[in-house]
Amino acid sequence: MAILELANLSRHFEIRPGLLDRAFKGKASSYIKAVQGLNVTVEDNEILGIAGESGCGKSTTCTMISALMEPSDGDIRFKGRSILGLKGKALKDYRRSVQMIFQDPYESLNPRFRIADIVAEGPRALGLWRGEELDRRVHAILSAVGLPPAKYAERFPHELSGGERQRVGIASALIMEPEMIIADEPLSMLDVSIRAGILDLMRDMQAQKGFASIYVSHDLSILGNVADRILIMYLGQAMEVGPAREVILNPKHPYTKALIGAVPVPDPRSRRAVPNVRGDLSKPIDPPPGCRFAPRCPHADESCKTKFIALDTQDPQKHQAACHKLAEIGHG
Amino acid sequence: MSANAMSRSLRKLGLGLKEHYGIIATNKLSLLGFWIIVLFTLVAAFAPWIAPHEPWEMLFDSKGEFAALRAPSWEFPFGTTHLGYDLYSQLVLATRTTLLIGATSGFISIIIGANIGLIAGYYGGKVDEVLMRLTDILYGMPFLPFIIILIALFGRKLEFVILAIVLIIWRTSARVIRAQTIAIKQRQFIAMARARGASDLRIIYVHILPNVLPLLLLYAAFNIAWSIITEASASFLGFGDGETISWGGMLYELWLSGKTRVAWWWFATPSVCIILLVTSLVFVSRAYEEVANPRLRKR
Repeated sequence: MAILELANLSRHFEIRPGLLDRAFKGKASSYIKAVQGLNVTVEDNEILGIAGESGCGKSTTCTMISALMEPSDGDIRFKGRSILGLKGKALKDYRRSVQMIFQDPYESLNPRFRIADIVAEGPRALGLWRGEELDRRVHAILSAVGLPPAKYAERFPHELSGGERQRVGIASALIMEPEMIIADEPLSMLDVSIRAGILDLMRDMQAQKGFASIYVSHDLSILGNVADRILIMYLGQAMEVGPAREVILNPKHPYTKALIGAVPVPDPRSRRAVPNVRGDLSKPIDPPPGCRFAPRCPHADESCKTKFIALDTQDPQKHQAACHKLAEIGHG
Repeated sequence: MSANAMSRSLRKLGLGLKEHYGIIATNKLSLLGFWIIVLFTLVAAFAPWIAPHEPWEMLFDSKGEFAALRAPSWEFPFGTTHLGYDLYSQLVLATRTTLLIGATSGFISIIIGANIGLIAGYYGGKVDEVLMRLTDILYGMPFLPFIIILIALFGRKLEFVILAIVLIIWRTSARVIRAQTIAIKQRQFIAMARARGASDLRIIYVHILPNVLPLLLLYAAFNIAWSIITEASASFLGFGDGETISWGGMLYELWLSGKTRVAWWWFATPSVCIILLVTSLVFVSRAYEEVANPRLRKR
């Protein structure tokens, strides 16, 4: 069963021109459509990977799911109930159930808090446990993420390395015993040499505690490793979704093919076809209604520019791509 | 709460005494200022026992002569006034009033300023607009007419002098704290606190407040210094509390006596005290400025 459903989720940011431009030139506001018509589900105990370049709406989606930002349109349903407009106790319950791990471990820890207090902050804010019980849980979770409490509990964030800080971030999310974790590029700010350790930790925790996750990354090789299913996004639109192996080994969408073709292979003699993609990544300011990849796509024609295919969420295991030209492109 | 738990929660707020002494001790001038303030505080605390005479007691010297307008000597270390009052005793007793007014109005004004700044900065929008326009109105308020009216309405009492000072002084701290709050609320650890379920009030007072604390202490020191100067000016113009003696009030009496050009010692003693105390506060605040703004640190 789906624990989280995103239905036609959209988020637009208004860019208002200056007062003079509005008054004398009659300029209207333009909109950045950061996320547009996103349909996807996360199943129980599943890791959904979201991949895409910078600015494709990955982080905006995470922020909306974490109820830190309201969507402009569409719905987010958690265990069948919409989370929009939640207040008071219902919102607190939701906040406990869905925990976010932030991208930047240098910015996401309060510099004036000790490690034990950072980890205990969630339970304190929600009044879950107190006193001895809380101390015991804080120590248990710190040990579980590989930070011996005797050594780390009383330290400040600036005394820790990036990897250690990200472990603190993970501990502060897991202590809440969430049903779902949203990890917004948790490795991107870390040194390559410590990524594997954090990745293993997240996988172990997932196996041990059994929660669903959304794992955002622009690194397909990491996603292929951790995710059960992968969603590929481009400029706010979903391009392709399917089981991780399928998407990586057998991509359907021209954008996914280009993206996977760009993953470096550690073999200097390996040669492969350069993906046939032109142009640069643009910004989704007042985009045309069709597929946003169309201007760069080698297969695009007029129909691509006017009509966009939304993915459906009926069968989560189905491998599908939002492209008109699938038959024409074929596989390979 | 046991003493240990108390010191732990104070430390969590960033108010551990040892750490603060550490901050002050990094700078020699701040340390000097700190000890001057401690000295003044001790004098203020034990003033009635230190002062040899009453503030308004006519004195006669050892030969039985009326001791009017005496320059500093062994008998009257800071000299006397034209009515034979001992300036040393007046100075010691006035320290108490001045410190009381300074500390009280400095403390109250920083609490008001901090709360208004935090709330305006955190909530933004209409709340910010209303609070900041209120601050702007206070910026347009000239201090002296304001205190004259207040005292004309309520009388020359210590409480109203403090009230008038507080109402004027909180404005700058509110603005600065607001700016800092706006900068801090954008940072990711605030988003993290919200995602973990912290309420608005909890974010303001548990997450943001400790981060503006160095700035807050800096402005607390400024506010105290300003209150002392303001009180001295008000008293000098005759708007102090007539019942209690203060440094500004001593200068006011000198002015009234018309002996300004003769009695240099009468002029020097309260002035030097005011300068010394205010400078010390600024020196101490300097240490906090380095914490609040690390770029000022020695390179």
